[in-house]
Amino acid sequence: MEEIRTGVYICHCGLNIAGVVNVEELTEYAESLPNVVVSREYRYMCSDPGQDLIKKDIKELGLNRVVVASCSPRMHEPTFRKTVEDGGLNPYLYEHANIREHCSWVHDDKELATKKSKDLVRAAVKRVFHHESLVTREIPLNPNVLVIGGGIAGMQAALDIADGHNKVYLVERDPSIGGHMAQLDRTFPTLDCSECILTPKMGDVGHHPFIELLTYSEVEEVSGSIGDFKVKVRKKARHIDESKCIGCNLCEEKCPWKTDSEFEAGMAKRKAVYIPFAQAIPNIAVVDADLCAYIQSDGKKCGACIKLCDAGAITPETLLKQTDEIVELEVGTIIVATGYDQFDPSVIPQYGYKKYDNVLTGLEFERITCAAGPTEGKIVTKDGRPVESIGIVHCVGSRDENYHEYCSRVCCMYGLKYAHLSKEMANADVYEFYIDMRCFGEGYEEFYKRLSEEGVNFVRGKVARITDEAQTDEEQGKLIVVSEDTLLGKMIRVPVDMVILCSALEARSDAENVGKVFNINRRADGFFLERHVKLDPVATPTDGVYIAGCCEAPRDIPDTVAQAEAAAGKALSLISKGTVTLEAAISTVDEAICHGCGRCEEICAFSAPNVVTKNGTLVSSVNEALCKGCGSCAVVCPTGAIAIKHFTQDEILAQVSALTEA
Amino acid sequence: MEVLSPYKEATDVILEAGGEPLKLCYQCGLCTGTCPWNTVRSFIVRRMMREAQMGATDFGSEDVWTCVTCRACVKRCPRGVEIIDVIRAIRRAVASMGIGVVPDALRISAKNIAGVGNPLGEAPEKRNDWAGELKVKDFAPGTDVLYFPCCVPSYDPDVKGVARSTAAILDKLGVDYGLIGTDAKCCGEAIRKAGHEETFQSLAQSNINLFTESGVKTVLVSSPHCYHTFKAEYPELGGQYEVVHVTQYLAELIEKGDLKFSRKLEKKVIYSDPCYLGRHNDIYDEPRAVLKAIPGVELLEFPDAREEGLCCGGGGGRIWMDTPKGERFSDIRTEQAAEMGAEVIAVACPYCVLNYRDSVLSMGKGEAIQVKDVAELVAEAI
Repeated sequence: MEEIRTGVYICHCGLNIAGVVNVEELTEYAESLPNVVVSREYRYMCSDPGQDLIKKDIKELGLNRVVVASCSPRMHEPTFRKTVEDGGLNPYLYEHANIREHCSWVHDDKELATKKSKDLVRAAVKRVFHHESLVTREIPLNPNVLVIGGGIAGMQAALDIADGHNKVYLVERDPSIGGHMAQLDRTFPTLDCSECILTPKMGDVGHHPFIELLTYSEVEEVSGSIGDFKVKVRKKARHIDESKCIGCNLCEEKCPWKTDSEFEAGMAKRKAVYIPFAQAIPNIAVVDADLCAYIQSDGKKCGACIKLCDAGAITPETLLKQTDEIVELEVGTIIVATGYDQFDPSVIPQYGYKKYDNVLTGLEFERITCAAGPTEGKIVTKDGRPVESIGIVHCVGSRDENYHEYCSRVCCMYGLKYAHLSKEMANADVYEFYIDMRCFGEGYEEFYKRLSEEGVNFVRGKVARITDEAQTDEEQGKLIVVSEDTLLGKMIRVPVDMVILCSALEARSDAENVGKVFNINRRADGFFLERHVKLDPVATPTDGVYIAGCCEAPRDIPDTVAQAEAAAGKALSLISKGTVTLEAAISTVDEAICHGCGRCEEICAFSAPNVVTKNGTLVSSVNEALCKGCGSCAVVCPTGAIAIKHFTQDEILAQVSALTEA
Repeated sequence: MEVLSPYKEATDVILEAGGEPLKLCYQCGLCTGTCPWNTVRSFIVRRMMREAQMGATDFGSEDVWTCVTCRACVKRCPRGVEIIDVIRAIRRAVASMGIGVVPDALRISAKNIAGVGNPLGEAPEKRNDWAGELKVKDFAPGTDVLYFPCCVPSYDPDVKGVARSTAAILDKLGVDYGLIGTDAKCCGEAIRKAGHEETFQSLAQSNINLFTESGVKTVLVSSPHCYHTFKAEYPELGGQYEVVHVTQYLAELIEKGDLKFSRKLEKKVIYSDPCYLGRHNDIYDEPRAVLKAIPGVELLEFPDAREEGLCCGGGGGRIWMDTPKGERFSDIRTEQAAEMGAEVIAVACPYCVLNYRDSVLSMGKGEAIQVKDVAELVAEAI
C-alpha cells in the first residue's frame, strides 16, 4: 500500500473562524497528527491563492490526501474537491472539516473552541486515510422539459426553452393558460393593459411547434431523477371532442346552467359548458360535469349543447362516456411554476368582506376596472351606484403574525394602481391606508410620487374595522373605515362607497401535495424552498427540478418573468451539456453476501435497488443512475452486503473513534 | 421649539420592568383602533408604545392607568406584541420608583391588599364569614377541592351571593370541598397589572405556601382573575395546581348528567364574556353551555360577543378606580342588553358583577334588568 501523505489546510474565514479558534495552535496540532506531512493556515482558503497553496503542495510534497478545515461543506466541499482534482488527485481523496458552523459560530470560549476544532480536524485526518478514488459517470440527459403551470412564469419558461428548439410539455390545471395575470386589468407602474401584453404570449405558447400544451391536466406522479424523469399526467375529461371544437361559444350562450365564474373572481356567472374567457388558449369549451344536468341525469335532462353544436364536438358520447386520460411523459428537467392563491379576507371579520357588498378584494376590483369585465370597466357599487370615494386597505393578511408574517411585495404597488384608476375612471376621492409604503422597483417610487400629485390621501395606520354603522349624517349609507391616523395620533373615520382589501398572496392550498409529487420542500410560510436564497434561487434540493414565480414567494410580474427566464436558463444549460454527472458516493452490493431479501428495495425512496436473479440466485442490484447515496439501504441490510462508497464502515468508524479519543 | 432626544435610560427602566415586547412594535396603530376606550374617549395605545421606545414616556400622565388589560389589542396585534406587559412595566416603574403618581383610589386598594390581604380593607379573620349558616368545612389534607371565591364575593355584601350560590350547588351535589383558612390573601392578579410587583410576589408566595402546606391539588375559583394568576403566573413561582373555573366545573357536571335542574327560569339571559375568562384564557363555550342547560333560559348574544366581547371596565386595577359617567363600558353593555330585551345580564366574574350592578342601578334599570353570576342562576334552578 502506498504511503499516505496528508495535507491539512486551516481557513481563518476572516475573523469568522480565527476570531474564536486559535488557528496557529490548530495548525501546529494538525501537523503532529499521523500521516500529516504539511499543515497550513490561510485567511481565505477558498480564494484563488488559498487553493493554489493546496495544488502546489500536492505537486511539490506528493500529497495524496487533503483535509480543509473551514466552513460548511454545503458550499465549499465541491470547491475543494475541484481544487484537489486540478492538483492531480482524485477528488474523493479529500475530507472537509466544518470548524465554522460546528465550532466558531456556536462557541464563545476560545480555549474550548480551539480544543473542539482539534477534535474535528483529527477526525477528518483519520477518516481521509481510508478514502478511495471514486469515479463519477455521465449519463445522457433527456432534452425534453416539463413545465408545470401556465401562468406568466410557466409560459415564459416554456417559450425560452422551446425557442431553442427543445421540446416542452406545458401542463396547466385550468382549462386555459394565462394564470392570474390574465385576470389583471392593468399592470403597475406603466399601466399597460395586462391582456395586451399577455395574450400575444399566450398565442405564441399555443402555436409553438416545440410546445405541447396539456391544459385541464394535473401531474399525478413523478419518478426517476435528473435527466430521466417519468411523469404521469391526468388529463381531465373536458367532455368535448377537442379536435372538433372551434370555440364558437354557441354552446355556452344557450346552456341554461350557471355558476360563479372563476375567471371573473365570482363577479359574473359562467355556464356549465364554457370557455373561461374570450382570449382563452386553447379556445375550446369545457364541460363542468358537476353542474351539467345532462351528465348528472345520465342523459335524461337538457342536452341543449348537443343540439346546438354544429361542429359535432359535443355529443352524448363525449358527455357521458369521456373519461380522464393518463398521459405518460419522459423528460430530463422539470420547472414548477404553480403560482399563488389570494388570501381570503373573510377570516378577518372586522373587515366585513362577504358581509358588505362593496368590500372587495384586489382581484375583484381588477375585474371591475377591466373593460371586458362584469361592469364593462365602470367603477360602480354592487347595486350600480357611482363611486365617489374609495378606501384602499393595505397589508390585509400580510405583515401580520395572525395570518402571514411576510410582506406580499406587490400590494403597495397594486394599491397605488387602484388609486390611480379610481381617480382616472371615477374621479373618486381615494384614501390609502398603509403601514409602510414599499415602492422599490424600477419606476415604482416615481409612480408613488405621481399618485401624490394626483391627490390621493395617504393615511398611515392599520385599519381596525370597516362598518356600516353611521354616527353622523355624512356617514349614512356609507362604509366607514376606522383607523388610527398614526401620524396625527388620532382616531379617524372615513366614509367611503367602496373598500378594496389588498389581500396577501399566499401559497397554493395544495402546495404540500405538489411539493410531495416533485420532492420540493416548503418554508414555514408554505412557499417552495429554493436551494440557496441568494446564490441558487431557482434550484431546489432535487436535482433537475426548478421553481419560478409566485410558488416560491410573492413577487411582481417583472421579477416573475426574470425568475422564469433563470429557470429556463438552468434547464437549457443542462440540455446544452447533454449529460448528467452521477454522484460516485453511492451504494454498492457485495453479491457474495447478499441474500436478495429485498429490504433495500422496500426502503429506497428513489427505487434504486432491485432484487434480480443472477446465476440462479437472488441478489440486489443498484441502478446507479437512481441512487442518491442516502444510505438507507445500507442501514436496513441485515447481512451488511450493502455499503455506501465514501461512507464505508472503515471511514465512519475511524472518524468516530478519533472523536472519542481523549 | 421642543426637540426630543431619545432618552435611553427611561426606555431601559421600562425594559427592565418587563417591557421587552415593546421592541417589536412597528407602530401600525391597530391597537389604538381596536382599544374599546376609543369609542368613549381618546387613548392612543400606539403612542404609549412609541414613547416607551424613545424614552419619552410621560410617567405622570393619567393614561398610564387607563388600560383595562382586556387583551383586545394583543389578540389583533400583527407583531404579537404583549402590549399589556409593556403597560404593566410602565406602571411598575411608577409604583416602585416613584417617578410618577399612583392614583389615590389605587393607592388605597394597594395599601389594603399589602396590609390585610384584601382590597376592601376588611379583617382577614372575616374572610370566610360569607358562608354563615352554610357551615362550609375548612380545607384539610385529603379534601378533594379547594373553593377559592375571590376577595370580592368573600367580603362585599352585594356579591356574597356568588360564593353562597356556588357553595349551595357544591353542597347539593355532595362535592367534597373546603375553604382555605383565613390566612388566605388576595390572589394578586389585578394589583400586579396595576404595577405593584412586590406586593404581588409577597401575596403569591404567601398563598403558595398556604396551599402547599394544606395539600391543595385542585382549586375551584369564581373569579377569572384568580383563575388566570393561579394557572398562568403561580406555577413559575412554585405553585402548581389544577385550576378550574366554576363555569368549567358546572359544564362538566351537566355534560356528565350529574347536575340536574328542578326549576325553570323563564328569562331572556344575555352573557357578557369576562376578558380574563375569554380573551386571556379562551374559555367561551362552558359558561354558555351552563346557561343553555338551565330550563327556560333563552340565551341572547351581544353582537360583539366572545373574542370581540367588550370589557366591563374592571380589569388591570380599574375596578378600584373611578371611571366617569359616559365612559363606562358596563353602561354601554347594559344599554345594549336593554335594547335587545334581555332580562338578565349573566357574567362569570365578581368584577363584572360589581360593575354591571353599578351600571344597572345608576342607569335606573334595576326594575328591568338583573345582573347575575352564572353560579347564582344555576343555584336558583336546582
